[in-house]
Amino acid sequence: MTEIIIPPIDWRVAAQLSIIFGWASVLLVIALFVPRSRTRIIGYLAIVGVIVAAVAGIPLWGVNAETFSGMLRLDAYSLTLNWLFLASTAITIALSLDYLPRQGIERSEYYVLVLFATGGMMLLAQGADLIILFLGLELLSIVLYVLTGFAYPRIASEEAGMKYLLIGAFAGGFVVFGIALLYGATGSMNLRAIGETLARQALTPEERTYLLAGAALVVVGFGYKVAMAPFHMWAPDVYEGAPTPVTGLLSVGSKAAGFASLLRFLVEALAGEWQIWAPVLAALAIATLAVGNIGALTQQNVKRMLAYSSIGHAGYILFGVIAAGATDGVAGQRGVESVLLYLIAYTFTNLGAFGVLIALEQRGEAAWDMGDLAGLWNRRPWLAIAMAVCMLSLAGIPPTGGFWGKLYVFTAAWLAGMGWITVIGVIIAAVAAFYYLRIVAQMFMAEPAREAPLPMDRALRVGLTLATLGVLILGFIPTPAIDLVQRVVLGVRG
Amino acid sequence: MVPTSYYILLSALLFTLGVVGVITRRNALVLFMSVELMLNSANLALVTFAMARQDIAGQIVVFFVIVVAAAEVAVGLALLVAIFRTKHTTDVDEINALRG
Repeated sequence: MTEIIIPPIDWRVAAQLSIIFGWASVLLVIALFVPRSRTRIIGYLAIVGVIVAAVAGIPLWGVNAETFSGMLRLDAYSLTLNWLFLASTAITIALSLDYLPRQGIERSEYYVLVLFATGGMMLLAQGADLIILFLGLELLSIVLYVLTGFAYPRIASEEAGMKYLLIGAFAGGFVVFGIALLYGATGSMNLRAIGETLARQALTPEERTYLLAGAALVVVGFGYKVAMAPFHMWAPDVYEGAPTPVTGLLSVGSKAAGFASLLRFLVEALAGEWQIWAPVLAALAIATLAVGNIGALTQQNVKRMLAYSSIGHAGYILFGVIAAGATDGVAGQRGVESVLLYLIAYTFTNLGAFGVLIALEQRGEAAWDMGDLAGLWNRRPWLAIAMAVCMLSLAGIPPTGGFWGKLYVFTAAWLAGMGWITVIGVIIAAVAAFYYLRIVAQMFMAEPAREAPLPMDRALRVGLTLATLGVLILGFIPTPAIDLVQRVVLGVRG
Repeated sequence: MVPTSYYILLSALLFTLGVVGVITRRNALVLFMSVELMLNSANLALVTFAMARQDIAGQIVVFFVIVVAAAEVAVGLALLVAIFRTKHTTDVDEINALRG
């Protein structure tokens, strides 16, 4: 009988993941001993875990290693994304600390589930193997289904959870079948190994069919997760029905993680087939931009409008993804940088926008109508300023983070030779500014529709301030962030 | 021995059946079953390729897929029960509070 040899494990690679998963499991036990009235403590402890994991990442900068037989990788790319996920988790928890008791749905599992979702995102960023990508995707998704339905017995939340689950499971089926076909075509699940097999050009016609069909199915599956058209139809309903902090996490975390793994998959495994997938994704990007922005134009419900707007933003990020695969090295590098920069800016901006909605939401009463924002400047000047900053950033108007994100994405697309597509993107971005500015006009020029007291909790204020400051700092001093993303090298060039 | 491509054809057929089921059927339970069909067709393809290549990886993945499918259905049924308590239906067309 042959002996089973367990390869040595490089724990540096799994350090942040282990902290998050371990801490989440510990918290689950601690929660048993915390009285229901003190559930908040679990939230604070969760934030502590997130901070520890983020700090643990600092000495890991510059590490370029893989472990678990090349399944898990730590490089500048995944580390940057891990920090982004941890930041968005911390802000989400801060926003939830006040929201949950106000809605009467405070349960300690919530914070634990958010931590598990973060772990899923980090797996997606670090996964270098199709198995890990699948597991990360499902871990993130299953946790998010539960979180979306967390406000039961409120029917909107249950329904959103159900819809998300059905669509997510459907998409998961596509991903698995795609993985099976890719495995059949190349005989490997490792992204780099697949890339090397393709580079040798040794596929039989039959294997090539499997490869293309498999790649298409995986892209469709991820397309559902990041809500790119025509696989976006679940997003508005789910975003509206989910508890608002979960919507925030959903719109930034799951999208960023989905794009992180999609980008790695396309660049590391399928870079050789760029000529085939670039035009397809370009068409999808334009469709996504059109659907998202046209949908947002007509919305009176701010939460739904943000859902459509986040579909639209998936389109801009796709520009960067396409550029990242470009055979031209400069354009490719710029593509990776632009995706990361866009994700960073988008994360802070969207969390800020949802934070304002959370602040406006009273118990049992939805305050998502455009009219509820009217005259916010007179009632709550700081809230109005935060919302205005976020709207300007989403619209891509300087001096906000969103501007640099858009600038980078468009530059990358232009360099990658997608001239006319870039032009269409810029035009749509200009049109999209209309509905963001409409909200700003509502807040600053319209008369207040109602006099509602808006109690604000300290944690909510901190979370909102962090998000808004993030957007502003990124806007005024973009150099550190740009420096950070410029050190990230991905794929065959790495 | 049956050629690999026959198995793949069968699994593609099953996958398509699953997709058609998800798109056309309206009962949430049947939708879950259709999704299971999609996942299991992928499992068939995985073991077929693993067999053809004499490689263990494909067979291992099947276990992961089975576990994930079970977890997904557990959450799905819990949500379904919660919805059934409030709305007394499993028809996804009647679960329509959100729209517009």
